[in-house]
Amino acid sequence: MQSTPAGRTLDVEDLTVRYGQALAVDGVTLAIEPGEVVALLGPSGCGKTTLLRVIAGFVRQAAGRVRVDGAPIDHLPANQRNIGIVFQNYALFPHMTVAENVAYGLRARGVRGPEVQARISRFLDVVQLGGFRERLPRQLSGGQQQRVALARALAVEPSILLLDEPFAALDRNLRLDMQIEVKRLQRTLGLTTILVTHDQDEAMSVADRIAVMNKGRVEQFDKPVAIYDRPQTLFVNGFIGTTNLLNGKVSAREGGTATVALDAGATLRLPASADFGLGAPVLLSVRPEQLALSSVPGPECWRVEPGLSLPLGAQLVHEARTTDGVSLKIVESRRAEPPSAGRVYCTLTDDARPTLFPRST
Amino acid sequence: MRKAAEWQLALPLALAFASIFLAPLLMLVGVSFFNDDKITQPGFGQWAKFLGDPFSYKVIADTMLLGVKTVCATVLIGYPLALVYLDASPRVQKVLIFIIVMPLLLSVVVRTFAWIVVLGREGVVNTVLMQIGVISEPLRLLQTELGLVISLTQIEMPLMLLPLISVMSRLDPNMRDASAALGASRWRTLFTVIVPLSMPGLVAGCLLVFASSTTAFISQTVIGGVRLIYLPLLIWQQSLVVFNWPLAAVVSITLLVSVLSVVSALSYLGRRSSGYLHG
Repeated sequence: MQSTPAGRTLDVEDLTVRYGQALAVDGVTLAIEPGEVVALLGPSGCGKTTLLRVIAGFVRQAAGRVRVDGAPIDHLPANQRNIGIVFQNYALFPHMTVAENVAYGLRARGVRGPEVQARISRFLDVVQLGGFRERLPRQLSGGQQQRVALARALAVEPSILLLDEPFAALDRNLRLDMQIEVKRLQRTLGLTTILVTHDQDEAMSVADRIAVMNKGRVEQFDKPVAIYDRPQTLFVNGFIGTTNLLNGKVSAREGGTATVALDAGATLRLPASADFGLGAPVLLSVRPEQLALSSVPGPECWRVEPGLSLPLGAQLVHEARTTDGVSLKIVESRRAEPPSAGRVYCTLTDDARPTLFPRST
Repeated sequence: MRKAAEWQLALPLALAFASIFLAPLLMLVGVSFFNDDKITQPGFGQWAKFLGDPFSYKVIADTMLLGVKTVCATVLIGYPLALVYLDASPRVQKVLIFIIVMPLLLSVVVRTFAWIVVLGREGVVNTVLMQIGVISEPLRLLQTELGLVISLTQIEMPLMLLPLISVMSRLDPNMRDASAALGASRWRTLFTVIVPLSMPGLVAGCLLVFASSTTAFISQTVIGGVRLIYLPLLIWQQSLVVFNWPLAAVVSITLLVSVLSVVSALSYLGRRSSGYLHG
């Protein structure tokens, strides 16, 4: 009876959703591999939940298609799509016991008798709630309720699993536990999963690929590391992680390299595409951990006015202000000896991979 | 000191209730235990007379049945209406709630007389039905139980809809989506999720409609006429026509007890199902 549903592909093609005049989802295309976990990440109102609701069949699109394993599912009502969903508030049926909640989808599908009991036991064991069959949802903690919601969605062996901000209501420690648990379950079952979240750490840790959404569009769809290291738009750059933005101008070009003169007073040689011509105004984006403070001046260093230093776990966060008035965040690992005084120059670390963006003047 | 002051604040209301509600009720009970209409000889004569007469039981049964029929009609019409309300856009909801509450803003007398115009021999219903050729003779709707149930259904509808809507709009809308995603049809979702969870509102609505329609003296007499006899009419006849106050008291207590027993049975069911709401 240990049927393992094979992962399905999910293709979203040129999907557009309108609410009245407003475009909630604007021409989104995603090709999701079997067994993959994809996070839809973005600020509230970016269309990520709407996209999820279209896939589930709760909202009808104005244009575009959704395919599972190549077959369009757009004409099917929600109750015939076989797509599992876990809501942020879990939406358990409060008048039914845990076992009845898990059995709900099976009964709706006409499964009867011992098969129902077997699947209840199997999926409650999977989420480690075997002893809670006869409890009502309100007698469970938030984490337990979420496990029930998960078991309920998984018991019908859906082709795709959708998770709508499933960890948002949990406290910090429990959230990490549940993220690991969901990831483990998803791996075991090989389920293609879409996770909607506004929490970038969650997206980074759970997802195989992240689609960063803004204003109804997908800004970048890539592996978490690639999104962090090589953000393709200024929005992604600002939304993922913390970053410092420095103003500058391309002062020389030579093959794939551009020399950028920073307004803060330093000249940096960086790899740059041909889009950045001579004299083009640019924004240089550097992660806080890719900046360092030094007491020695140099052509690739710029002077800063050091501000507060805050210990943050194993790290030390420095605040500094450039001569052109930009506030910088610099992170270094905390060392035993206190940093020497007079570190008033800022520079890129050796492994720094800053990103250039065009700047409108 | 302060604790004492708080309960003292409730004293005026308590006194008012005791003097204008509890005392007359006790007097009513007292009066029922007199044999003669002059209220001079104590005894169980009137109770024996009322409870020994098979006609009394028919009137009690008819009254309760009228309540049950009105409750059924308001549920059958009101529940789908509440579902429509739930699905409507906020703007449409505002219009609907105005239409639902409007009957409450009119006096019962006005509403009842309006129904005479609608249901009469040459009223709206008969005229329309005759013109489109469904019937050749005008239907008798006034002074029938059918006509009474029709008008009571409209008159009592707000009492069903308001509690129902208030409970239903507190239900988590994700629950319906969750049910659909699990493969349940709309009907399955309605009967296994929405109906059980809206039970407290439904029970409260039934309770109000039942209590209100069994005691609706004006509608019962104006639309039902004198040939349909319900307990309130009996009370009126005994107290203001025949002036047999002890018997009127007996009938009053009978009405009170019958309505209260049905109402408490209903509210027991309501309490049992209300625990899920905030779960």
